[in-house]
Amino acid sequence: MLSITVDINNAWLSAFLALVVIVLLMTLTALVLIYVERKFSARIQMRLGPMRVGPHGTLQTIADAIKLLAKEDLRPRSADRWVFELAPFAIFVPAFLAFVAIPFTRDWAVSFLDLGLFYVIAVTGLSFVGFLMAGWGSDNKYALLGGMRAAAQLISYEVPLVLALLAVSMVAGSLSLSDIVVFQGRVPLFVWQPLALYIFIVAALSELERQPFDIPTAESEVVGGPFIEYSGIRWSMFMLTSYANLFIYSLLGALVFLGGWDWPLGREIGLGWQLVLIFAKTSFLILVFMWFRFTFPRLRIDQLMSYCWKVLIPLAFLQIFLNGLVLVYEWPDGILLLTSGAGLLLAGYIVYRAVRAEPRRVRLVPARGSGTVAVPPQTAGAEVGGAGTGGSG
Amino acid sequence: MVQEQELETLDINVNMGPQHPSTHGVFRMVLTIDGERVMDVEPHVGYMHRGAEKLSESMDYRQALGYQDRTEYLAQFLAEHAYCLAVEKLLGLEVPERAEYIRVILCELNRITSHFMFLGAFGVDVGIFGTVFTYAFREREYIQDIFEEVTGERLMYGYFRPGGVVWDLPDNFVQRVQEVLPHTRQGVKDIDLLLTDNEILAARSRGVGAMNAEDAIDWGLTGPLLRACGVPWDLRKDRPYSIYDRFEFDIPVGQYGDVYDRYLVRLEEIRQSIRIVEQALEQLPEGPILPEKLPRRLRAPEAEVYAAVEAARGEYGIYIVSKGGDKPYRLKIRSPSFSNLSALPQMTIGSYVADVVAILGSIDIVLCDVDR
Repeated sequence: MLSITVDINNAWLSAFLALVVIVLLMTLTALVLIYVERKFSARIQMRLGPMRVGPHGTLQTIADAIKLLAKEDLRPRSADRWVFELAPFAIFVPAFLAFVAIPFTRDWAVSFLDLGLFYVIAVTGLSFVGFLMAGWGSDNKYALLGGMRAAAQLISYEVPLVLALLAVSMVAGSLSLSDIVVFQGRVPLFVWQPLALYIFIVAALSELERQPFDIPTAESEVVGGPFIEYSGIRWSMFMLTSYANLFIYSLLGALVFLGGWDWPLGREIGLGWQLVLIFAKTSFLILVFMWFRFTFPRLRIDQLMSYCWKVLIPLAFLQIFLNGLVLVYEWPDGILLLTSGAGLLLAGYIVYRAVRAEPRRVRLVPARGSGTVAVPPQTAGAEVGGAGTGGSG
Repeated sequence: MVQEQELETLDINVNMGPQHPSTHGVFRMVLTIDGERVMDVEPHVGYMHRGAEKLSESMDYRQALGYQDRTEYLAQFLAEHAYCLAVEKLLGLEVPERAEYIRVILCELNRITSHFMFLGAFGVDVGIFGTVFTYAFREREYIQDIFEEVTGERLMYGYFRPGGVVWDLPDNFVQRVQEVLPHTRQGVKDIDLLLTDNEILAARSRGVGAMNAEDAIDWGLTGPLLRACGVPWDLRKDRPYSIYDRFEFDIPVGQYGDVYDRYLVRLEEIRQSIRIVEQALEQLPEGPILPEKLPRRLRAPEAEVYAAVEAARGEYGIYIVSKGGDKPYRLKIRSPSFSNLSALPQMTIGSYVADVVAILGSIDIVLCDVDR
């Protein structure tokens, strides 16, 4: 199904090997990330997290996976059969495809594409189809609501995400992920483009549907949204994909903004150090995303949309325009930092002004006589006799 | 050519509850939504109806006390207090000084636990994945331990009696409470720092579900909801019962009557309750805890009484009609949750689906209290 051509003698064999490696990688990442998230959230919330299965609960996710595999695969009678059953695959495949083009170290990738960045964005952008299918096919109003939310959110935030990455690739002068990493040999791109990093993180959070943007799956509103009717293995595919996506976006951020496997140790390091670097940077981003999840309340869908279209996209365009000026007239690189930093401050200011009214505090009314109360007497019935008002019989 | 014909859109009905994680029990509402906008709300109550009022009529005045715990299961002492006040008013019982102090201390501690429960659940409602919940529950647990030491129970205390309380406090009670109060203060501060100035919480709750003071009074809102609208109405101050006139405390009052103000008011009420408890602990006298001549059977004269306390959710009132004998002829519970919940349509219509959850959370209902 994939036209991967790696220059080993037997193209089919190598493609098959790559497939196996990717699936294994996705599964293992999800297993590890779920455990990490549970432990990390437990730390934040003064709990222990999983402790029973294996030492410090390390085997908990495996136990959960086995449980999910053993569960009955339910399908509501009124569900649209094919749409319902194919939806998990429609979400799974884009994440899977994205792994193909991501270089983990200088020499490790299934395929080094010249348009790697473009490709990764393009395939991950497909995942909204799966959410919409799940929402529509389940024949459930919560699922429909969640599916519609997911579609609106994912399509909207695709735009600032792409624009932020475009700004970066302008500076780096390439769409190949390897070249972008090589470009950051001395100074990583988050120094030149802090605004783009900010837009990237916000948009990635939204694409990942994690707090504060977990609106499509909001547990307290639409109770899991598109996943509400899924169980067992299909549900676990959704989970697997969401953690695989978390890994992909963090990896992408580490490659594009944090200098990938080169910075700060330089070009000459061995494979081991490259892995350590890329892994450390990815983990850092993952933990930041998880930290947000357990600290922020959830935004509302209209606030989310207006923030995307009114703030992030204009800022991203501004960033691109300024980058263009700097690059065309060959102004010094410092201007990039200046403009981007100024843009970041502007973004901060807009957020500040939009959401932060003056801090509100309660007024304390001290002791006083009961004569000054601004309440009509008929509601003040708290006396003996038949004056018991309020409530209804 | 594109045909210039408007597509017809239909509002859909979404059944929220009775099995929904954020309806705080078995509350059910049918939302009519147009996209994400709520066009109409139809609340359905009664899933938890257990006939607490009717059951109380077949019990004598001592036994019926247990049902008050079961109606208001998050602020049990306050419900017991209201019931005891009504029975004492009916029978003309004098409550000993020490018992009054014990009641006030336990009631205020109970208000704190109830508000912590609100803060935790509210955090989940607006989408913080459990962090506020665990913090609030830790603080609640410290106080819950004290209740357990005093009453032997964790949920259905049954500790108050018409005329006093059933047994005296454990010896180290004062010391235990004084140990716990700093934790509570710190817990309020933690939650304050985590939530109050959070921009997203502000965006989610400011201006959401706002009510003005007139509407709030017309709907019969009481408690933190009414005070959030700017009406400084607190039965502890305005119709002082028990010994509340002996303590110094302030009434926190909001300005806009929205979800954010309700949150702020409750947060401040915890601090004020801590003040009351501290004063009461200092003044706690020695002495009897029940009147000396308490008859074995409580026989009431023919009368009607109403007694209300400022419970955690508002005015919790008990209205007793007695035709003589040892059982009430009719016992009516004026539950704050029910009255407050009745304003739900006015608060929610026109807002978003996500707001409905936040508003319902901010009303802080106890379903047993709504349905009784």
